[in-house]
Amino acid sequence: MEKELALQMRGITKRFGPVVANHNVDLDVYRGEILAILGENGCGKTTLMNMISGIYYPDEGQIIIGGKEAVIRSPKDAFAHGIGMIHQHFKLVDLFTAAENIVLGLNEKERYSLKSVNSKVAQITERYGFRLDPAKKIYDMSVSEKQTVEIIKVLYREADILILDEPTAVLTPQEITRLFEVLRRMRDDGKSIIIITHKLNEVLEVSDRVTILRRGEHIATVNTADTCEAELTEMMVGKKVSLNIDRTMPVNPVPRLEVKGLNLYNREGIHVLKDITFTANSGEILGIAGIAGSGQRELLEAIYGLQPAESGTILFNDPKKGQPVSLDRTSLLQLKKLAADGALQDADMNPVSFKNMDSKTIRKQVENGNVLYREDEVVNLREKTPLQIRQMGINLSFVPEDRLGMGLIGNMNITDNMMLRSYRSGRAGFLNRRNPKTQAEQIIKELEVATTGTTIPVRRLSGGNVQKVLVGREIACAPKVLMAAYPVRGLDINSSYTIYNLLNRQKEDGVAVIFVGEDLDVLLELCDRIMVINSGAVTGIVDARSATKEEIGLLMTKTEERKEAAQ
Amino acid sequence: MTEKKRGGEGREPLIHLSKRAAIPFWHAWLIRIAAVALGMVACGLVAYLLSDKLQNGKKTLSDFYETFITGSFGSERKLWKFLKDVAVLLCISLALVPAFKMRFWNIGGEGQTLVSVLGAVAVAFYLQDQENIPEWLLLLLMCLGALVSGAIWALIPALFRAKWGTNETLFTLMMNYVATYLVSLMLIVWIPNGQTSLGTLKRGALRSVTEQVINKNDFKDFIVDYIPIILIAIILSALLFIYLRYTKHGYEISVVGESINTARYIGINEKKVIIRTMLLSGMLCGIAGFLIAAGLDQTVNVDSAQGYGFTGIMVAWLGKFNPLIMLLTAGIIQLLDHGAAQISKDFNVRGAFPEVIVGIILFFIIGSEFFINYQVHFRKFRKKTGKEAVQ
Repeated sequence: MEKELALQMRGITKRFGPVVANHNVDLDVYRGEILAILGENGCGKTTLMNMISGIYYPDEGQIIIGGKEAVIRSPKDAFAHGIGMIHQHFKLVDLFTAAENIVLGLNEKERYSLKSVNSKVAQITERYGFRLDPAKKIYDMSVSEKQTVEIIKVLYREADILILDEPTAVLTPQEITRLFEVLRRMRDDGKSIIIITHKLNEVLEVSDRVTILRRGEHIATVNTADTCEAELTEMMVGKKVSLNIDRTMPVNPVPRLEVKGLNLYNREGIHVLKDITFTANSGEILGIAGIAGSGQRELLEAIYGLQPAESGTILFNDPKKGQPVSLDRTSLLQLKKLAADGALQDADMNPVSFKNMDSKTIRKQVENGNVLYREDEVVNLREKTPLQIRQMGINLSFVPEDRLGMGLIGNMNITDNMMLRSYRSGRAGFLNRRNPKTQAEQIIKELEVATTGTTIPVRRLSGGNVQKVLVGREIACAPKVLMAAYPVRGLDINSSYTIYNLLNRQKEDGVAVIFVGEDLDVLLELCDRIMVINSGAVTGIVDARSATKEEIGLLMTKTEERKEAAQ
Repeated sequence: MTEKKRGGEGREPLIHLSKRAAIPFWHAWLIRIAAVALGMVACGLVAYLLSDKLQNGKKTLSDFYETFITGSFGSERKLWKFLKDVAVLLCISLALVPAFKMRFWNIGGEGQTLVSVLGAVAVAFYLQDQENIPEWLLLLLMCLGALVSGAIWALIPALFRAKWGTNETLFTLMMNYVATYLVSLMLIVWIPNGQTSLGTLKRGALRSVTEQVINKNDFKDFIVDYIPIILIAIILSALLFIYLRYTKHGYEISVVGESINTARYIGINEKKVIIRTMLLSGMLCGIAGFLIAAGLDQTVNVDSAQGYGFTGIMVAWLGKFNPLIMLLTAGIIQLLDHGAAQISKDFNVRGAFPEVIVGIILFFIIGSEFFINYQVHFRKFRKKTGKEAVQ
């Protein structure tokens, strides 16, 4: 089958300082095909596409469009050549309608007429099967609708080559299916579609050919029909990897964190968490699924003590029964009070009383391990700050979504970042860097962090290594509850699986793990139960071993559908 | 990874900029030294245009550059005066550093210092006739007065920022003017009828203590005055270096400065840190104020802080908030200042010439940071410069 070439790249090289983002890349794009550009994060996919769409200018090499060498210096030049790119982060004006956004920046000779715009938009939507109301304002739109506006914006400018950068990252399974239908229709109409992705199943589902990039170099271009997931992964990573998550059954799970009727309003007064109720068990991974911005972050921050909740309870069951007390965590005064309340016992289950004992004797008894807790402790964490929670001896670990903005400090080195958790220890006003340094060295060794040492600023590490440092630190303080928000975002396959395995190991050690994820396949493979939330409310909690992607997808959009039906 | 594009008719953009990755230490300093050299050349040009002595050959350009050095080191007196000025400037710059590290842009060092001078002088003014108070106690009380006044002046904007999130830059700036008017007001109250200035205090001179420690006959008069100031400045910069780098407080300041979100995440009460740090800043200004009041001026007027509260901002920034490097940057600034003042005298150029000279040099030094962070590629020489970047 002879196909007409739409675009060729020859020997493209692009450097950023000493970093070579693309090296000598060749690429052919034909008319009427969907080409997937596959590669791990940081392999140069987006940089390569940015050179076609005029954001960057290549250092070396040629771009040939329709048989002639083209110079693309700006997005405007790209449009002139019929190339349009839909970026990962939408560039729309919130206060404008869809139609206004579509024509924005066009320099047409005739007078601006909404009628002609609308009719042209209607033509496009009809032709490719979009669903869009041109008069709707952007701020009223869902992520999927905004994406539709971006695509139509490009089509309106009569682009023949469409580049989509990770278009499925923010969509539900149903929306992805719909998007793929549209893409196929555009292909059949003779357009060239380039889709950047790192998700293998999507590549196999939608593309005609796949180009694999690795470390900025072109590895291979193959017909999708002739390949399989394992082969693509091998080309992408450079070696054979087994992509299995070893999921064990939870061993005697007990409720560790019970959240009941939690309501939270954010600073703008918006009701972001609505009556959330769930239980996280020890020795179990509880997944949280939902469209981005449905309240996942707020939920974790509320539990951790960063956002004050309006109402509800967050009960933490401290499994202290039969555990020896320790003076590191509790003060002598607190211990005396506990003893007076009858909360302590000795090894023979007799109540311990510190009456008429001097501090020295009490200390000795405690150090000998003769003083045990009688019962588990139940604490309400609501209205407690992170520091208060920690001072109560409760180890909540939290891997926040914004690694360098909240979990770590980019300009500080690994040792100083380790110290964030532990710097308060020690009596004097001076810092002790020795223990954090040992800890840093240990994490570097155990988690195989690629770094030249403990003294380089963490922002210089790659995404995967930054995450290893953060997760390593959070695990190192032996948490009872480990919360992780999008812990593999931006990580390559190997690092992702390292993180999954770390979470699994924590689960096997009896930690209650709460995992907020975006990739439903991973959630289904890794978690024991999955809680789905939508606009701040729980729409369902399902068993991850039996649930399907479609089921979760429906739950993710549940209330919206209801609203639509009501109208 | 940013890249800007300029117009140009050819295929490639004429000039494009790219951000450098790490740059070797010596390379960065080479760029800085080159910048200073270029700045000197520019200064020479400006001086030639303005000075008739240079134009008619009475002085040569090499005299011009020599004067830069002799302005600070020309005589023993000049040298000690230079060291003293560096010390006072350094004290005030150090006071700004803890707040700056916290990204709390305190530009009120001027007002905080001025109020401290006022505080110290007020104590001495009201107690100088109490003969039963020994000199050392009077000095101690003056110091206390300076510390408290400086601390209050810094605390007010800190409280407003912590409680209501007001902008600290505007607030501290305004506090400078309030301080100036407060001094004017007190002068009206204190100055006896028929006189124009307060005059020097009868008691409360730092030298009375210094003279008990060193034998004043071994030293010239002014050296006795300057030695404690210079020593205190050096000690302060060492202490502050240790405080910022090796204490828990210093660590908290860095965390709050780098990221408020991280600070909250690990349970630092950022309001407490802001207030505590500004109190420290104010008290350091207090020390500077005390040194000016008791060690040098023995009086107060609206110019007591000499604009060092603002010059200090530059010292702190150029020194990258490192108290030890700031020893050097404070020295450079004073060297320029003294040199330019000397030139203006010797070369018969008056007016704002010293400021122009200092401005030109600083322009080049600050501008050089751009070339340390970015690399400029030209169309034709691109391959060449590209290779250098890789090396």
